[in-house]
Amino acid sequence: MRRFEYHRADTLEQASRLLTDLGDDTFLFNGGTDLLVEIRERLRRVRNVVDIKQIPGLSDITYDETRGLTFGALVTVGRLERLPLVCQRYPNLRAAFASLGSIQVRNRATVIGNVCRASPSADTIPPLMADGAFIHIYSRTNMRVVPLAEFFTGPGKTVLARGEIVTGITVPPAGDNTGKAYLKHGRRKAMELSTVGVAVSLCMDDGVCSDIRIALGAVGATVLRAPEAEAMLRGTRLDAATVKSAANKATEECTPISNVRASADYRRDMVGVLTGRAIKQALEAFA
Amino acid sequence: MKRIVELTINGEPRDMTVDTCRSLLDALRDDVGLTGTKKGCDVGDCGACTVIVDGEPVNACLMLAVEAEGRTVETVEGLQPGVDTLHPLQDAFMRHGASQCGFCTPGILMMAKKLLDDNPRPTNEDIRFGLSGNICRCTGYTKIFDAIKSAALEMEAARS
Repeated sequence: MRRFEYHRADTLEQASRLLTDLGDDTFLFNGGTDLLVEIRERLRRVRNVVDIKQIPGLSDITYDETRGLTFGALVTVGRLERLPLVCQRYPNLRAAFASLGSIQVRNRATVIGNVCRASPSADTIPPLMADGAFIHIYSRTNMRVVPLAEFFTGPGKTVLARGEIVTGITVPPAGDNTGKAYLKHGRRKAMELSTVGVAVSLCMDDGVCSDIRIALGAVGATVLRAPEAEAMLRGTRLDAATVKSAANKATEECTPISNVRASADYRRDMVGVLTGRAIKQALEAFA
Repeated sequence: MKRIVELTINGEPRDMTVDTCRSLLDALRDDVGLTGTKKGCDVGDCGACTVIVDGEPVNACLMLAVEAEGRTVETVEGLQPGVDTLHPLQDAFMRHGASQCGFCTPGILMMAKKLLDDNPRPTNEDIRFGLSGNICRCTGYTKIFDAIKSAALEMEAARS
């Protein structure tokens, strides 16, 4: 493996200082399942890694009915995937977590690492975005909370400044009137990057859709919302005809590229199919 | 830079002096001399290097040796209960011919051990899901699944 310096931080402040002081080519080292591969395959030039896994207070998972689900930067995908609360209240997150990598990878990889890597095809981002999650960011001078929808600025790029560290994510509470789904489209089930991923989170009041968020993965420079499709669905009873025209609208709102996994046209078609299916699956919560 | 890492490997306290860039996989194989854990892809795709760390299976290639400080690591060498006895999974793999070239076998054995520890009566789907991070390019999995099902029955019979 190409050589790099390993630093272990005991506090957020120390980690942040190391990130600032060690200069370019310094990266946070959390689960490491992506970074170590990038180092080994020489996809990323890395001079220093800053291990944050000894920092206390970043491993907690909490839930309450007003604040929702909050988990820290060190919480692995596998731990959340197996959590009964996630299985029961957030089937969308559960589907995304269980589809990431393999069991072995999920026991090391963290959800926040997957989010901060900012891949347009990251599985955890669409359902978190459809749920309206927000991100807690540590900074030595100016701590802030950012909606996930405003976190990404491009493929692999986020609003994080040098020395800033994501400490946790909060997902709003899952009320009894909510339905959620995440559908991943790939060629196989395990160790697969999404060809297209579609997340839908919706609220139904007296049979009428009072709110809906659609998030589309792997069909743009970042995970995208489909605001026009959402607007067509809000206030309706989500009848088949309305869902079909909104799903068509979603195909116009995405901006896919062609690459080794699929062509842009195919991805666009799949956005239409999966958006319809994801809405149907989200509605099964009320059946 | 080198560091001394203290950990427990297959029930025995050990320390290893490792370069901080070294993967747990390379440290186990080259520094500790436990070559049962195999290096297949070295990027977390194949599962041949699966070891159990603090009770959870991980790819040893995707972990630095320094991260194993204070942890408990189980490798395929620790699977057999005694010098002359095999783990029921090892025995079943031999009887069913569930190993051809054998390169994937240590990782699959460790994953299957974890699967049966958590779920003594797995369905076919449970086994498929449990082994989805382990790739075999020889046998086509049928004999591997047969061996795991057979070992599950024997372990259940031994318990009752």
